[in-house]
Amino acid sequence: MIFLETKNLTKRFGGNTAVNNVDFTIEQGKINAIIGPNGAGKSTFFNLISGFHQPTSGQVIFKGVDITKMPSNKIAELGVARTFQTTNLFEQSTILDNVIVGHRLRTKSTLVDAILRTPRLKREEAQCRDKAMEVLEFVGLKNIAGNIVGSLTQEEKKRTAFALALATDPEIVFLDEPAAGVNPDETEGLAELMQKMVSKGITVCLIEHKMQMIMRIADKIMVLNYGVKIAEGRPDEIRNNETVIKAYLGGSAIA
Amino acid sequence: MSTISNRKIVIPVLILLAVFFPLMTQNNTYIIHVMTLSFIWMIGVYGLNLLAGYTGYLSLAHAGFFAIGAYSLGILTVKAQMNFWLAFLLALVITSVIGLIVGIIALRTKEHFFAIYTLCLGYILYLVIDKWESLTEGVRGLIGIPAPANIGPIKFDNELSNYYLVLVFLLLVVLVMYRIIHSLSGRTYIAIRNSEDLAQTIGISTMKNKLTVFVLSTFFAGLSGALYASFVRFIGPDIGAIQITFDLLTYLLVGGIGTLTGPIVGTLLIVWLSQFLQDLQDQRMLIFGPILTLLVIFYPRGIVGGVSSLFQMIRSKGSQKSTTVSKGRTAKEMVIEKNTISDKQVKEG
Repeated sequence: MIFLETKNLTKRFGGNTAVNNVDFTIEQGKINAIIGPNGAGKSTFFNLISGFHQPTSGQVIFKGVDITKMPSNKIAELGVARTFQTTNLFEQSTILDNVIVGHRLRTKSTLVDAILRTPRLKREEAQCRDKAMEVLEFVGLKNIAGNIVGSLTQEEKKRTAFALALATDPEIVFLDEPAAGVNPDETEGLAELMQKMVSKGITVCLIEHKMQMIMRIADKIMVLNYGVKIAEGRPDEIRNNETVIKAYLGGSAIA
Repeated sequence: MSTISNRKIVIPVLILLAVFFPLMTQNNTYIIHVMTLSFIWMIGVYGLNLLAGYTGYLSLAHAGFFAIGAYSLGILTVKAQMNFWLAFLLALVITSVIGLIVGIIALRTKEHFFAIYTLCLGYILYLVIDKWESLTEGVRGLIGIPAPANIGPIKFDNELSNYYLVLVFLLLVVLVMYRIIHSLSGRTYIAIRNSEDLAQTIGISTMKNKLTVFVLSTFFAGLSGALYASFVRFIGPDIGAIQITFDLLTYLLVGGIGTLTGPIVGTLLIVWLSQFLQDLQDQRMLIFGPILTLLVIFYPRGIVGGVSSLFQMIRSKGSQKSTTVSKGRTAKEMVIEKNTISDKQVKEG
């Protein structure tokens, strides 16, 4: 079954076509990767799927539902989570406090509940806290949940961002350069974490520049160049694809 | 554990202090008058704090909504001869409804643009009040606003009873603020302040939440304005001037933007300092200006924020092992800070 797919997805910013007519399908329970040189339109592609930008034309379909025109918070409710290149966390607060709000979309208490301290609010607060602890344990940060985010390493911040995305109870997570600015050992740890997500039934789709990692963990890769899909397939197919090698190494290079 | 027991002691002590404050001053009407006024300002500052401090939207139209609250009460009681408490309630409704309409439009802008937009809006509100003479009496102002009507046997005909009335409202506002901030709603607002994009991707409807906060903030401004009108009994268009917005903002910045006790600390400090420096009315900005600039540079979260991070530093150096939730900690430190400040005020008083 097709889990998430884009049909003829196009985005123009003025005269610049950032994403051009891209058809892509994401398979459930797999690690899907999007690669391409800088400025290839990878992040724009993510922004189109998660509802941050409206496409100029084309469609995004998630589990048979057309989500093209939905606002991003509604898309999140359907079970699509994402992280950003920059983690955007609240640096002055603790990891736990950052992650608790991730489960907010599954709760219903309103301002009135807050002012009256209703049983519903108390129940849902406990629910959010439990969820936060659960995902922090999953990403391996449970024992430092009380630390201030500002004092964390880049890798720990990435893990916190993962946890926040996971707290929304997603079926699919889009990770924008999860291993950027992280050393090789830590990259290995993050790769394991992504595999762990998949084994838990969460589909992963990531943008990444670290080819060694991608080639090892991805089940399927799509290559973008100047907004156009130039290749799609298994890692070994991509590795030997002439067009891809040209795109990366320059027009006349022959590998 | 110590946090909880400390808070259980400190808060009732503070409330008792506020309750017996008039006795300690031997019913000095001047001091009680200034204190009541500063309580009224605090309510307005809390409104600003919820919006600017916790949600990240700096509204410079706050004095405009303060004036709407004050004028609604004034016009309804003086011109329409309405029952005081009914007019009071209506004043809050009117302010919130105008807040809702304005918010829907204003919140389409962000950051600096929001500040500039609301700055213009505040000025328009001021102009409307100033020029619409048939309704507001223009520069002549509204005279003879009645004092709060009796509630059963309780009369509000002197400074002291008004002091307690305003204190009750202030305590209610602080309680409501405390509960909002320490709830899922509060976390949602902080998430929006932190990064609207991130908030949206974790499924938060940012527009709905921002609008709720905006309306609530105008509600507090309206409450503050209505209390002002019934306490001072005379209002002119000046209460809607930009100057008032910046006064409120100064109280908030000095006390600590985005902190629960910041509005109390900042307002008390500046209001009483201004009283002591009254002889230097024209020169007082020479003192406040540099102090405020330095404060914003070195303590962006004001006095309360500065003290609480100092405590946090000492504590994290002292013992690393206890990783209890820091929310409780900071709240307590804020309370301690509040305690020392109001202690000082009382002694000076």
